[in-house]
Amino acid sequence: MERRHLLQVTAAALGATVLPAFAKPARAAGKIRIGLVAKSLGNGFFLAVDKGALEAAAAIGNVEVIFTGPTEPTADGQIAVIQSLIAQHVDAIAVSANDPDALVPICKRAMSRGIKVMSYDSAISPGGRIVHLADSSNALIGQTLDELAAAAAPGGVGKFAIVSATPTSTNQNAWIAAMKQDLPKYPGLDLVSVVYGNDLADDSYRQAMGLLQKYPDLKVIVSPSSVGIVACAKAVEDAKLVGKVFVTGLGLPSECAGHVAAGSIKSFAIWNPIDLGYSVVEIAADLVKGAAGPGQSLPAGRMGSISFGADGVGVMAKPFVYDASNVQKFVKIF
Amino acid sequence: MSKALSSNYTPGLPIAWKKILLKWETLLGLAVIADFGLNTYLSPYFLNPWTLSDASFNFTEQAIVALPMALLIIAGEIDISVGSTIALCSVAMGLAAKAGFATPWLVGLGIFTGFLAGCFNGFLVTRLRVPSIVATIGTLTLFRGIAYALVGNGVLKSYQPDFAYFGQGYVIGPVSFEVTLFAFLALVFAVALHKSVIGRRIFAIGANPVASRLSGIPVERYKFWIFALLGATAGLASILLTSRLGSTRPSIATGWELSIITMVILGGVSINGGQGSILGVVLAALFIGLVTFGLSLLNFPGIVLGIVTGTLLIGVVAISSALGQSGRRRRS
Repeated sequence: MERRHLLQVTAAALGATVLPAFAKPARAAGKIRIGLVAKSLGNGFFLAVDKGALEAAAAIGNVEVIFTGPTEPTADGQIAVIQSLIAQHVDAIAVSANDPDALVPICKRAMSRGIKVMSYDSAISPGGRIVHLADSSNALIGQTLDELAAAAAPGGVGKFAIVSATPTSTNQNAWIAAMKQDLPKYPGLDLVSVVYGNDLADDSYRQAMGLLQKYPDLKVIVSPSSVGIVACAKAVEDAKLVGKVFVTGLGLPSECAGHVAAGSIKSFAIWNPIDLGYSVVEIAADLVKGAAGPGQSLPAGRMGSISFGADGVGVMAKPFVYDASNVQKFVKIF
Repeated sequence: MSKALSSNYTPGLPIAWKKILLKWETLLGLAVIADFGLNTYLSPYFLNPWTLSDASFNFTEQAIVALPMALLIIAGEIDISVGSTIALCSVAMGLAAKAGFATPWLVGLGIFTGFLAGCFNGFLVTRLRVPSIVATIGTLTLFRGIAYALVGNGVLKSYQPDFAYFGQGYVIGPVSFEVTLFAFLALVFAVALHKSVIGRRIFAIGANPVASRLSGIPVERYKFWIFALLGATAGLASILLTSRLGSTRPSIATGWELSIITMVILGGVSINGGQGSILGVVLAALFIGLVTFGLSLLNFPGIVLGIVTGTLLIGVVAISSALGQSGRRRRS
């Protein structure tokens, strides 16, 4: 009995191979469907990206955005998600990659099926995408983070440490490298450690606590991760070190506003993820409409036009600094 | 000796269990068909040979490791270190590829590294008498640690183009190499477990290791070799995964041990050892794969997938322990 069931399933699976592909995409003619893949769901940054994406979709008209992503920030999870987008015959896929290399084969497969693949925020290696839209340039972010650290340390002098996301995160590593490169401009700052909180609140919290214990004279913690900065600020508050240690980095206004009020964060920066999502959909739509991408300047609606180098990389804007004076205005946005 | 054993064990046991297992596998088989139908009904994209083939990649590697894992759990032990073993094998292959070794060498090295890792686990459990869950929690961290120590934050991707075949190649049409290999191995494991003396002894060891030892089965040697086999199979899965990703990072296959053990338990293998079937494990792998892919085709967020899998697992263990109790009652 159970053998027969197995046989039926196998037969159905194999039998399907000789049938014509009758599962034709059921959609309105000419509608552009864009799969927008987050690093992981439940991350406020990507919810804001989706908000911007929907704004662009409405502005262009006849565009449908499918916002999706894995539960955990892994390459495995993203591959499964991209596979299901390929199966749905979307016109374009935009990914913020958890791993630049591991996604290349699946994205190549998507492109071989006629899907326009681009990455945004965190890049896919050149073979796996047509263009990459960076939130900002690594050099500009590194400079901004150093500026923030210098502004947070009293008189611009003191030890500071970095709480990054995962050791394999493309953008985190690039920013930290840029920070180190730009650091000689701030002779008062002394980078003592880089630790990894894996983009998880509890891990980042533990790492920050570890830093506070290990370096009693630490002045600043820089976390270029929206999960990390909040966890670090919480750690500083719990350790009753507000006013002695300041947290800064890249974070979301809605999540950091409380800590700005509590005094653990003086200022922080972020590009506008709404603008990012908006630009991603504009660029993806350009590609679907036939733009080649690399070496071109592509129109991106209200963001003006974004130029892509021969390597396919384009830069959106420079990160914006938030502090007690302006953070409340942005809390409701993202 | 084996005759004495089977005469000790046959009365009551196999017949009652067989009935239950038959029911369990029928249930799983029906669930697979139902989900197949549901997916076809709900998504216009599901029933397409290439779509189904693409979907199979998401669970085939884990399903391959689930086969020897089933043997190990039936024999009354467990191995939590398989995800880390896969990472260690991948790193070994990545380093060898960087040093310029050709693909056949990488394949051999991947399986051999896994084999050594499995032997180490087996040694800890059978010689040093470390409980398997403790030993493999240790090696889970140890193997992953070695992988990180060797590669750090780097990536290894000097694989030759022909290496891509294992995880990306097709045998005929949309029938992938991975699926073909899985079908073949499932058959081999099913025959070995259900039709051979070795298989019968594995069941005996899991059901009652003391009695098995007294009746002359080399229990420790059996367990050691199952660990080694599981390690080597993890090495094989590592070849497939590494080939599919085209690159190695030490974080590869993180958390896979839980997905693999989930397949085995969902397949009706008792976590206490002594019962289970390869058919059940194969059906469970298919079922998990279909449910996961079906939900993602409908763009359900990953969190929903986790909830579904978790609920299924609890449901299965509850059902099977309820069935187990009724089985015991019937026997007494």
